[in-house]
Amino acid sequence: MAGSAYFPRPAIRTSDTADAPRHSAVVRITHWINTLSFFGLLISGIAILLAHPRLYWGETGNLETPSLLDLPLPFVLTGQTGWGRSLHFLAAWVCVLNGLLYVLSGVLTQHFRRDLAPRSLRGEEQPPTYNVLQRLTYLGVVFILFPLTIWTGLAMSPAITSVFPALVTGLGGQQSARTIHFAAAGFLVLFLLVHVAMVCLAGFRNRVQAMITGKDRT
Amino acid sequence: MSKLLSRRGLITTGLATAAGASGLAVAARLADRYGLIPPDHGGIYGAGETLTYAAQRLLTANHSLAREFKRSEISKAIPIDGKPPEKESYQRLLAGGFAEWRLKVDGLVARPSFLSLAELRSYPARTQITHQACEEGWSFIAEWTGVPLSYVLNLAGILPRAKYVAYFAFDESWDSLDMPEALHPQTLLAYGLNGQELPAPHGAPLRMKVPRQLGYKNVKYLSRITVTDTLKNIGGGQGSISPDYGYSWYAGI
Repeated sequence: MAGSAYFPRPAIRTSDTADAPRHSAVVRITHWINTLSFFGLLISGIAILLAHPRLYWGETGNLETPSLLDLPLPFVLTGQTGWGRSLHFLAAWVCVLNGLLYVLSGVLTQHFRRDLAPRSLRGEEQPPTYNVLQRLTYLGVVFILFPLTIWTGLAMSPAITSVFPALVTGLGGQQSARTIHFAAAGFLVLFLLVHVAMVCLAGFRNRVQAMITGKDRT
Repeated sequence: MSKLLSRRGLITTGLATAAGASGLAVAARLADRYGLIPPDHGGIYGAGETLTYAAQRLLTANHSLAREFKRSEISKAIPIDGKPPEKESYQRLLAGGFAEWRLKVDGLVARPSFLSLAELRSYPARTQITHQACEEGWSFIAEWTGVPLSYVLNLAGILPRAKYVAYFAFDESWDSLDMPEALHPQTLLAYGLNGQELPAPHGAPLRMKVPRQLGYKNVKYLSRITVTDTLKNIGGGQGSISPDYGYSWYAGI
């Protein structure tokens, strides 16, 4: 997800390496695989949610118990949860394996330290890249929101929690895990909207091309 | 592109493809031998189903136990999904208190048998308070009493070729478990719910309880269990009625 940009000049690399791509090949490839898997997860997640658009807190919840939140959505029970679940899990595997590759490479190439670790904009001799807010947002998405959706997803699995019960008890129960899973997904969608808006502000074609070819058009 | 390059490219591509294909074939064979391939491994979602099933089977290999709960956590009300079968054969048994009902146990067993409810109740019972989640998203906690499926299977004598246990209901529903799940200590043939006889809407006289999987594996109104080495000849060949509705065979989630 290390895309976006706020400053129109080639920024991730400093001037002495101006020929280097704005985004490394691993970042570019994992970005688009992640885009694809995220849309798969989002669409299938909505399909699953629509079977029971009601959220609870604790271990259990059903139509005969009070809810935490009744989403203003219809109950849709037309068999969309079957393919929804299958697509959700297929996309989750792609997302997780792809994410592991991204994180591993980000650590090895110092992508996180160099490009995303927060640092002050003042007193920098090199042109600044992402500002502190952007850096914190990216780190939050990569190291908090995505891991949280994976954790809460696993916490809803009775087979996984038979091996690691703390995954679900630590969250306050299976329905709490479901609710947090939904909330984390909501924040990821919010990030996506802001991310795309920033890309548009910074020059859509230029930024998208940089994420595909690695080079800015200018 | 020069001739040499393209020839070299062709050979390299060919070798890589062959190596990749044989590597995949070996992996598939090994996975199959260790029971890591689900019956519904085909189709566009097959890779995801297989990865999930294989990963969870490796993780739960030591009969990990589903979480159990305190009496105080039992749900006050249990939503009821579906109605008892309306067919005459079931209604007659229901009216007679299931005295005439028998569970047929057949397939790859040394001693096929018909078991009455009284016989099942006379076997060592297990009571457990477990969480059941519907694939729709809602859930409840209840106390279930029954005889472990493993006890009934061992009584019948499982033949070495056995790979799955399929189970059938009075309605059209059927499903199946692999041997690790069938022999799991919490997998019950349940005849009691919250200290009472299993009520008809909850699956009387007998339902499967598989607490490490989603609700739909817990088939109600059982009439027959059969031990088999292949699911290809049963129904659509995908291990349960669920794939016909688009649901996964393995529901450990």
